[in-house]
Amino acid sequence: MNARIASPSGLSARRVGAMVLRYWYLLRSSWPRLLDLIYWPAVQMFMWGFLQLYISSNAGFFARAGATFIGAVLLWDILFRGQLGFSISFLEEMWARNMGNLMISPLRPVEFIAALMIMSLIRLAIGMVPVSLLAIAFFGFNLWGLGLALAAFFVNLILTSWSIGILVSGLVLRNGMGAETLAWTIMFVMLPLTCVYYPVAVLPAFLHPVAWALPPTYVFEGMRALLIDHTFRLDLMLYALALNAVLFAATSLVFVALLASAHRNGSLMQTGE
Amino acid sequence: MANSPPALEVQRLTKVYKTARAVDGIDFALSPGSITGLLGGNGAGKTTTIAMIMGLVTPTSGSVRVLGAEMPRQRYRVLHRMNFESPYVDMPMRLTVRQNLKVFGMIYGVPDLNERIGEIAAQLDLVDLLDRPTGKLSAGQKTRVSLAKALINRPDILLLDEPTASLDPDTADWVRGRLEDYRREYSATVLLASHNMVEVERLCDRVIIMKRGRIEDDASPAVLLTRYGRHTLEEVFLDVARGRAHVQEAAQ
Repeated sequence: MNARIASPSGLSARRVGAMVLRYWYLLRSSWPRLLDLIYWPAVQMFMWGFLQLYISSNAGFFARAGATFIGAVLLWDILFRGQLGFSISFLEEMWARNMGNLMISPLRPVEFIAALMIMSLIRLAIGMVPVSLLAIAFFGFNLWGLGLALAAFFVNLILTSWSIGILVSGLVLRNGMGAETLAWTIMFVMLPLTCVYYPVAVLPAFLHPVAWALPPTYVFEGMRALLIDHTFRLDLMLYALALNAVLFAATSLVFVALLASAHRNGSLMQTGE
Repeated sequence: MANSPPALEVQRLTKVYKTARAVDGIDFALSPGSITGLLGGNGAGKTTTIAMIMGLVTPTSGSVRVLGAEMPRQRYRVLHRMNFESPYVDMPMRLTVRQNLKVFGMIYGVPDLNERIGEIAAQLDLVDLLDRPTGKLSAGQKTRVSLAKALINRPDILLLDEPTASLDPDTADWVRGRLEDYRREYSATVLLASHNMVEVERLCDRVIIMKRGRIEDDASPAVLLTRYGRHTLEEVFLDVARGRAHVQEAAQ
């Protein structure tokens, strides 16, 4: 018997690294994939930036509101692109019909998910860093100037994006590629409800509890407090963090249940619809 | 070898999908270092059986033990000592052959990985292809890459699902030769699902024939030929598939 390969015990940074390397090789080999990372964030930033320029020169409130639109666009992109980066790396395995190879390998689900999280950060950095620099150049909006507040916003948004990415991955494992479109669409439910571009007060009263149950709502409210009132709302960030902990735990449990269901019904043997 | 515990043992293994019994209470054990063919028509339960052995599908009832580990509960104890190859599971196409082998070698924890990649590439005639994207290769070349991935960790248990499907006879014969070499060199236990009777006759010490989720027969190729009074395994396969089982024994 072959005893030259040590028994894998516990979680392995090497296996996580192998998966990150796999996605890095893929990104590096495909310029359309790289372009896609920066294309939409840039288009969105320019459109909302120019709109903000126009209305801020015509209305006193918006002049005071300063850079809330462009700030909202950039933070929304962290949320949306973070989830998309996670989900697309996962879907690459389905598209490549490689999931079977991974599922019978020593790679553990938690290591696979850790690799997807790291890839979402890498993909986000490739897209968002140049776009944030363009925002400085064109609109004088310095996202990095938010300092520690940006770190708090980022941590909360990326945790939400990973939670949703984990949920989508579980649904695709259980239901096949028929659930693929969720990767692109599921986050848009958050767009009106988390009040990206307007305060929660604008929503009808019955939707307030829904909005306050979603962690990104606290981030976007916190951003407006910072940019309009020049106040950093630590309380909002802590609420968001607590809700994110609950959301992350819940979606992880749902993922485990969906994976067990996929093992039971044989859907891991299929990669089609 | 005869007194060694089985490398792989399946007991009363059953898989029911809703109302369909894909695998229906099968039992078998594989000796270390053996090559066993798993035969059966489409829908006989071969792929589901292999998937349960790998821990990819949870059995409805019964048990699978691989190298002493109960599957799927203890699968992470042994997955690094197993591997699998099938033309129905691809390697990432945009990655080069070397990149694919490196990624899987890291996942399997292969020591001296670059050296191992060079060694396996030489054995499978992949040296000139190492830096080419996997998706640009011919079907035969891709099969060799999949085989290289399946052998990268020098598995003690190798599961093969129609490893030479869609290959031309020359390439298929070459692949069989490499599998024989590997089994000889590493005393690996091989379970081979195939529709190719020539392949099974050449490679296998033992043949398990499945039909509608059950084992219809289980013996060495020579014993099966005698039992059915046939000259080829293909004739035996047809006898089983068409319900003309045990012709010779019945005549006697």
